[in-house]
Amino acid sequence: MALLELKNLVKDFGGLRAVNDVTLNIEKGEIFGLIGPNGAGKTTIFNCINNYYPFTSGDILFKGKSIKGFKTHKICHLGIARTFQIVKPLARMTVLENVTASAFCRIKKIKDARDEAHKVLEFCNLSSEKDKLAKSLPIGGRKRLEIARTLATRPEFLLLDETAAGLNPTELDEAIDLIIRIKDSGVTIFIIEHIMKVIMSISDRIHAINFGVTIAEGTPSEVAANPAVIEAYLGDEYA
Amino acid sequence: MNKKNGILAVLGIVLLIFPLVVRSDYYQHLIIITLIWVIIGSSWNLLAGYTGQVSFGHAIFFGIGAYTAGILATKLGMSAWWGMMFGGITSVLIGLFVGWVCFRLRGPYFALATLAGGEIFRLIATNWENLTEGMVGILIIQTFRSKLPYYYIALALAALCIYIIHIIMKSKWGYYFVSIREDQDAAASLGINIVLYKNISLLVSSFFTGMAGAFYMNYMGFIDPEVVFSLHFISIMAILVGIVGGVATIWGPAVGAFVMVGLQETFRSAFFGLAPKWISQGHALVFGLLVIFVIMFFANGIVGDWSKIKKIFFKTRETT
Repeated sequence: MALLELKNLVKDFGGLRAVNDVTLNIEKGEIFGLIGPNGAGKTTIFNCINNYYPFTSGDILFKGKSIKGFKTHKICHLGIARTFQIVKPLARMTVLENVTASAFCRIKKIKDARDEAHKVLEFCNLSSEKDKLAKSLPIGGRKRLEIARTLATRPEFLLLDETAAGLNPTELDEAIDLIIRIKDSGVTIFIIEHIMKVIMSISDRIHAINFGVTIAEGTPSEVAANPAVIEAYLGDEYA
Repeated sequence: MNKKNGILAVLGIVLLIFPLVVRSDYYQHLIIITLIWVIIGSSWNLLAGYTGQVSFGHAIFFGIGAYTAGILATKLGMSAWWGMMFGGITSVLIGLFVGWVCFRLRGPYFALATLAGGEIFRLIATNWENLTEGMVGILIIQTFRSKLPYYYIALALAALCIYIIHIIMKSKWGYYFVSIREDQDAAASLGINIVLYKNISLLVSSFFTGMAGAFYMNYMGFIDPEVVFSLHFISIMAILVGIVGGVATIWGPAVGAFVMVGLQETFRSAFFGLAPKWISQGHALVFGLLVIFVIMFFANGIVGDWSKIKKIFFKTRETT
């Protein structure tokens, strides 16, 4: 049984069908990539999974059970955590407070939550920044803080939305290393990424969409060679 | 930390012995009013400052508390002191309703909804004459002649209010409140039930504001809708106390209460009779100027920007 299944997922914004009949299965333990040109509906799929807004039709199953209509915070408690493409740091809290607040998701006592936060920050190489205000972090730090916060909720399934966008080459390598370490700790990862270096090197399988419709699915090399994908990215003269 | 505790201890002792040293009813009255504002300001600050849900309608809870105490006394013949408890409880019930309606909205829309809510409750209190006596108001006989008992009750309430808010802000609730203020969507995605915790914040806030209202009824002996449901004397004043003292600081509203009541009284009495009488009309104008000044130069209020203020006024002392 797949860990997460999307079944004929449809999301309409008024007359615009942003996600059209997308079906995919993500197995436990894999890194599953989602690619597509700008406006293809990638983030919309994430927003449907954690019920940032409700989807129009279809179904989303987590461990075989439908999570349709569950509140966002309930979905987090089930073990699905997400980062935001446009980072949302809790700006006027310190890095440690940001992570502690999310550690309360599983931990009752304040001291234990803070210990957990320290551990997670260590894991994400953010320990040296822990007393800084979140708003004072540069973009690389903010992206890592997004990940640290989600890890503190102890997810089984992690949605990463363009975690590597806007990073310099060194930060990029660190981000890849971090994502792989998260996978090794037993978390299944569903990742949206534009940077091919990242998505091609870490994904076990990739799903490509364009205009909300599935155009390809398979291993990174299969997807990269798929004419529909090449057409979507480069235009039909290259396909 | 030790220095801070020392200052607090000294302040506490000063407040405790103040009415024994200063026997003037007038000054005791001023401090009692200030203490009521410490409670309202701190409660407002919990909801607006820490949780980020800026209320323009705290008069709702103050008025409900005051009217609960008054109606218990006039209609049911109970002591108005029971109102201290029931005032808090009815305030919480009304708070649940206000939250149910207003928390569907965010940011400025929430603020406007609470603003309208305050006016609605004022009109209800004005027109439901069978229950509230309308514009005639409610008059009860005060329990004590002396101001001393009122002073210590107000002081105890204010201290309790600040202490409980302090405890809350150190707990998981505190983390959740501030997370909600910073980003509701991020908070929800981190497993925080934002509707629940916004309501918890509102309920604690409305409970203490309601108690303050009930105490006001007991202390003043007279209320009418224009006073306890007043937009500018209660709702806006609560915001001023918070902003001037320092939003999202434990001691900010307390400092703000002393500054604002002090200023209000200085103007109302036309600088204690030293200035021409027309100046007493000008306090609203000065409040406006003060808020502009604070927002422009000390956006975090007196407590929040204390280090900045210290640098400006005590520059020479610091360098030596």
